[in-house]
Amino acid sequence: MDKTLNKNSILKLVENNAITIIMIIMVIVVGISKDNFISISNFKNISVNTAVRFIIALGISGCLITKGTDLSAGRIVGLGACISAILLQKADYGSKFFPNLGELPIPLVILITVAVCCIFGILNGVIISFFKVPPFIMTLGMQTFVYGITLVFTGADPIGGLRDDYTMVARGTFLGIPYLFIIAFVFGLVFWLLYNMTKHGKYMYAVGGNESAAEVSGVNTSKTKIIIYGLAAVLYGVAGYLLAAKAGGASVNTGYGYELEAIAACTIGGVSTNGGVGKISGILIGVLVFELLKSSLQFLGVETSYTYIVQGLVIVIAVALDLRKYLAKK
Amino acid sequence: MAEYLLEMRGISKSFPGVKALDDVTIKIRPGTVHALMGENGAGKSTLMKCLFGIYSMDAGEVWFHGKKAHIINANDALHKGIAMVHQELQPIQERSIAENIFCGRYPTKKILGFTFIDHKKMYEETEILLNEVRMKFNPKAKLSTLSVSQMQSVEIAKAVSVDAKVVIMDEPTSSLTENEVEALFKIIEDLKNRGVSIIYISHKMDEILKISDDVSIMRDGKYIGTWEAKELTTDMIISKMVGRELTNLFPPRENVPGEVVLEVKNFTSISPKSFKNVNFNLRKGEILGIGGLVGAQRTELMEALFGIRSTVSGEIIYRGKHLKIKRPQDAIRNGIALLTEDRRATGIFGVLSIADNVSIASLDQYVDLHLILNHQKIGKLVQDNIAKLSIKTPSSKTLIQSLSGGNQQKVIISRWLANNPDVLILDEPTRGIDVGAKYEIYVIMAELAKQGKSIIMISSEMSELIGMSDRIMVMCDGNVTGELSSSEVSQENIMSLATKFA
Repeated sequence: MDKTLNKNSILKLVENNAITIIMIIMVIVVGISKDNFISISNFKNISVNTAVRFIIALGISGCLITKGTDLSAGRIVGLGACISAILLQKADYGSKFFPNLGELPIPLVILITVAVCCIFGILNGVIISFFKVPPFIMTLGMQTFVYGITLVFTGADPIGGLRDDYTMVARGTFLGIPYLFIIAFVFGLVFWLLYNMTKHGKYMYAVGGNESAAEVSGVNTSKTKIIIYGLAAVLYGVAGYLLAAKAGGASVNTGYGYELEAIAACTIGGVSTNGGVGKISGILIGVLVFELLKSSLQFLGVETSYTYIVQGLVIVIAVALDLRKYLAKK
Repeated sequence: MAEYLLEMRGISKSFPGVKALDDVTIKIRPGTVHALMGENGAGKSTLMKCLFGIYSMDAGEVWFHGKKAHIINANDALHKGIAMVHQELQPIQERSIAENIFCGRYPTKKILGFTFIDHKKMYEETEILLNEVRMKFNPKAKLSTLSVSQMQSVEIAKAVSVDAKVVIMDEPTSSLTENEVEALFKIIEDLKNRGVSIIYISHKMDEILKISDDVSIMRDGKYIGTWEAKELTTDMIISKMVGRELTNLFPPRENVPGEVVLEVKNFTSISPKSFKNVNFNLRKGEILGIGGLVGAQRTELMEALFGIRSTVSGEIIYRGKHLKIKRPQDAIRNGIALLTEDRRATGIFGVLSIADNVSIASLDQYVDLHLILNHQKIGKLVQDNIAKLSIKTPSSKTLIQSLSGGNQQKVIISRWLANNPDVLILDEPTRGIDVGAKYEIYVIMAELAKQGKSIIMISSEMSELIGMSDRIMVMCDGNVTGELSSSEVSQENIMSLATKFA
């Protein structure tokens, strides 16, 4: 009796953490077969790639937990990247966007980028809350709208020649740890606190769990949603700022498609599209699965075109595995 | 012909952590109404879901027409001649009656070798079926235009259409008016006369004794026994269900109504079909019952008072002050609480823990430094309430959806008590709750009234209304048709006021 119980509980443990376990096996297998996979430089590389995507996924997670979505994420990231890049070009750069612009202090640029992005997020939240436009449609419209604004504003020219003190944020390390990693960690921590230790967090889960019941319980559901979409856009702005620094430039296509990757990562990490469920640790795992997968395939010498096929499969399989937990309960 | 039409033998079913059914055997005679009774969580619905193929059973077998039957899913059950009228109806709201009845097995015709749906035949057959359940309705009418009882008749018509030999009815009368219940009983009689057996699940004793032939009782997932209905009395059924003698249905009350705390004047809904010109008052430490038929707009009135619905005119005077209530926050801030009628739709957060469900409306009290929630204080609140209301749960982290209806209700009551409200509006507080838990909720109400809190209780259950109220206000078609003090209260008086315009 005891033995079967043990066997069952191990089986359950495996089932509940299937994605994490597969990820670990994958890392071990690739690590053994390829020399440089488990190395400090590769892990630095992965952590830097993960950082930006994790920040975007954090932003989008709130929308998903409240049964919404945010398709405008990638384009807002692109807008943020362009704004930061334009305001932080080298003084002597040939094709400078604003030739007469002096050296702006970095904190001011961050503030401007984040503030502009935040406006679009708040707009998402306000229209979703008060005009009851479904989030899918609202943010689909916003996606195209923001892309148009970025196009008009940059004239579709790529923006390069970024200041060294700006790009430093993507290259620099502190005690050997990349700045990007530290930044993402801090955001993860802040969001963990927000989701678990504040009223806003509880209200968010309540709105996602049962919006009508939340309303009856005195939760200001509109305010909650506006904060969620606004805050999401703040993170997109930060991600855009970091992404331009990392790439050494920005264009209208920066951030394109990132929202889908972020949604996929959240879902893999157990954020339920039925609302009310989702943890920061899960989101991190979801993003990591993607980045480790990409890196593993790269190390195994799989052609980039094929990696998309694998990524697509992983999204569906991971979510199917995750849902099995709930199906089994029937 | 075997003596029994349907036998379920030795059925067991476990869910993680619970043994929902333990070696249950029931036998159904042909052409009878077989009542299945038990408290919530006794396993009645689970047993029926096993029979209907929604759940797979761990052990046991089903014998149907004297042969062993394997039922894999709901569709299979339907084909074999077992139909179910659900506890919560799940019709396709935006499609016609005909399509709801024939969904999945549309009549077809062939044109040029292609298969098309034969709409004409479908509508004709629907018309015949609707006549059989005494319902005059256009088969093309959308389901969303029907009342709950009419939708139920459609479900029954569907059962008739597959020529079902066993029809399971899970709490079919929970949202019906008296007239509709009568109509349903006539249909049941018709079905019986054709040799159809009905498995009837209900908490309403008078109904059970009126219509059933056999009564099977379950308790804690176990089969207790089967009796002929004519040998039983309400008290006998209750004591078998709870496994002990229940002497009183209602607790003694020691509350003394005091001064008027709440006055509602000229309350008129924004919707012309809803309540109009409603005036009433509520005293400190009083339980005010609101009676009326389904559709009397009682819920709408209370939801407007709480700020969920809009009004065009009306005043709320609370302790001598005019109150403006535009949204629930306003009501909550002023010490008013509302336990809504539909627990699942507007009460519980199914995927959240009991702790979250209890604390959600009172988080303001537990914020340190304007920002960080004090989980220790919240934990204490939750533990206190679990103990005080004796909520049966493994832990405060358990998801509320895994609790029984009565315990869910207690969790939501504790959500409101956490705000220490002075006025509690309870809309059908014991709907779908078993006898034992009902009594516990009455005890809580009596205790609150004794403490000087004022309670408004909407109830469609006559005995509860009479047994728990100090005063009863009756509504009909959105109007208040009368008020009865405890000395004037009788079932007849309430019914005559409730049907004043009918």
